[in-house]
Amino acid sequence: MNTKKSSAPKRALTFLSNSAVPLMFIIIIAICIPISGFSPTFLLNEVMTRLSRNAFLILSLLIPIMAGMGLNFGMTLGAMAAEIALIFVTDWQIWGIPGIVLAMILSIPLSVILGILCGKILNAAQGREMITSYIISFFMNGVYQLIVLYMMGSLIPILHGNIELPRGYGVRSSVDLTNIRKTLDNLLAINIAGVRIPVATLLIIALMCLIIVWFRRTKLGQDMRAVGQDMEVARDAGINVERTRLISIVISTVLAGIGMVIYLQNMGDMATYSSHSQIGMFCIAALLVGGASVDRASIGNVFLGVILFHTLFILAPSAGAKITGNEVVGEYFRVFVSYGVITVALVMYETRKRRAKARAAQQLRQEQEVEK
Amino acid sequence: MSEYVKESERSISARMRQALKSFGLPRLIIALFLLLMFVLTPFAGSNLVSQITNVINRFSWNAVLVLAMVPMVHSGCGLNFGLPVGIIAGLLGATCAIEWGFTGPVTFWMAILIATPFALLFGAAYGWLLNKIKGGEMMIATYVGFSVVSFFCMMWLVLPFKKGDIAWGFEGTGLRTTFPLDKYYEGVLSNFLRVQIGRLVIPTGALLFFALLAILIWAFLHTKTGTAMTAVGSNPNFARASGINVDRIRLLSVVMSTWLAAVGILVYEQGFGFVQLYNAPFNMALPAVSAILIGGASANKASITNVIIGTILFQGIVTMTPTVMNGLINLDISEVLRMVVSNGMILYALTRKTEVSR
Repeated sequence: MNTKKSSAPKRALTFLSNSAVPLMFIIIIAICIPISGFSPTFLLNEVMTRLSRNAFLILSLLIPIMAGMGLNFGMTLGAMAAEIALIFVTDWQIWGIPGIVLAMILSIPLSVILGILCGKILNAAQGREMITSYIISFFMNGVYQLIVLYMMGSLIPILHGNIELPRGYGVRSSVDLTNIRKTLDNLLAINIAGVRIPVATLLIIALMCLIIVWFRRTKLGQDMRAVGQDMEVARDAGINVERTRLISIVISTVLAGIGMVIYLQNMGDMATYSSHSQIGMFCIAALLVGGASVDRASIGNVFLGVILFHTLFILAPSAGAKITGNEVVGEYFRVFVSYGVITVALVMYETRKRRAKARAAQQLRQEQEVEK
Repeated sequence: MSEYVKESERSISARMRQALKSFGLPRLIIALFLLLMFVLTPFAGSNLVSQITNVINRFSWNAVLVLAMVPMVHSGCGLNFGLPVGIIAGLLGATCAIEWGFTGPVTFWMAILIATPFALLFGAAYGWLLNKIKGGEMMIATYVGFSVVSFFCMMWLVLPFKKGDIAWGFEGTGLRTTFPLDKYYEGVLSNFLRVQIGRLVIPTGALLFFALLAILIWAFLHTKTGTAMTAVGSNPNFARASGINVDRIRLLSVVMSTWLAAVGILVYEQGFGFVQLYNAPFNMALPAVSAILIGGASANKASITNVIIGTILFQGIVTMTPTVMNGLINLDISEVLRMVVSNGMILYALTRKTEVSR
């Protein structure tokens, strides 16, 4: 077997095919910015808000990708854990930064339990992790509703009536988080040329990035990469594959929980039964827009993705209104783009996998012929 | 002698265990639960006969959509999470038939006629894509479905539909999110040869229509091409070795599933009485998928019997639980229950150790 160094045009082609999605987004955005008529300051402010709001959540997707488990649609489970934690914190009326910290701490045990459950199921469904994690998120949504809508206030004590439904049990469809709204974002916040920068939030995100970089170099991180490369080889090398995969899902769920607290403190208002439902889809779409694929994602993809995806999100309604005369078209357009991006990424991943398989088979055939 | 009795007893219990295993524990729980619901109905203060009527009606609306799973499962394309692709074709048929001025029952047949080329076209494209990505069908099918639905969310607004019944009057652009079919094809099948005995109403026409399609599919699966389809699903390598064009058979199965989904949504609408556009098709795939799984299908095996049993069980739970629960404990947890049961069933099927190696 001879491994030739790939030629320059070939490398350029690989680069193009790897970054086709981000490039397409840059072009769409470049067209939409003048049409929408937004001022640069407004845009920068919005993008900064959304970056600090979403980046941590998207970071939670990186580790399962490293372990070869694909896009973790089950990150929604972490989001549900965070919402339950926030309901309690709001009920106990612990406001401000202590409330946020407590919510993060409370969400961790819940996320760990849910993560273990999710990891176990995914281990039983090897080879179809993504569709299974996607269905798990729907399944757990039912369980979440059972707990929050029927058990809270009847079995689980709720102290204050104002978050309860009038019928005496169950949580209202919207929980007011005014008292912890943006407290983390406003901590150490500075203004640069009219753009508000939430320094504390960004610091937490930066810290998380450093932790991920460090984690990749630990024994566990190396194991995960080995499992992601080839499960059989990893098993032969003495790695406990099932356990490693389980841990990657648990870490992802915990990070998603913490990320959801950051997300909701920025929103300042929690839609109890729907905040988590779309979050996985938007985070995954953003990561893919940043040039990630199902088996390869970096921290750079997270930031590029969140900026490009959310810039389009801000621009789409008004650009849509200017082009078609109907603002709703723009809103549908951005949903279409999210789904479309995920579809394209999945198709690209599967075709690449098949091609690699075919190539390996062909090589084997050639080798056998040589032996003959 | 006593030993012999013991032996036979053991074999009976073993056989029962075997039967239980093949039936599946979740399926048994669901069947028993539905039975419990029927038993509890009188105590909940509602009429058993009208409940049965409800279940039969719901069965007649949904059965064809569930039937649309069968061809794709047979050819090894997995569960058709991309059902919305076909549904969109059906909706195009319905809206175009009404837009072009048809009224009354004939609209239904025109809608099927108009939906057919769309379904063939979409199905061919969808099947072509699924042939490119063998092994990852279910996830991609889900997102292809979503992409198509969200694309058509824009199209419903932009396409030049003008007719006042279905388009927004004041702006003159875009279709309504929901519109009634009373002037068109509401009950066109259900009311055909309808039998009414007291409270028991049987929508004979709709049941016959389903039976016709089911028999056609059953007959097809026993033709040469149909057998080839089953062969492709159970062992693609063997099928290829025996000279079957695997890709062509898979494409055919996807086109069939898509067309059945298009017809299925029209049958659903004639029973329901309304057309729902925009986001409605998003939520139609999962109930159909879990229905056929409850009926005993797996990710690579499905029969007409699975469709019938599954639809009855699933629709039974959906229609019975709210009334019974409400009547008994004044607590409507049916929606939550439906979510847990249907998605739990899909999870159960996905985690079974089935050999789907390619």
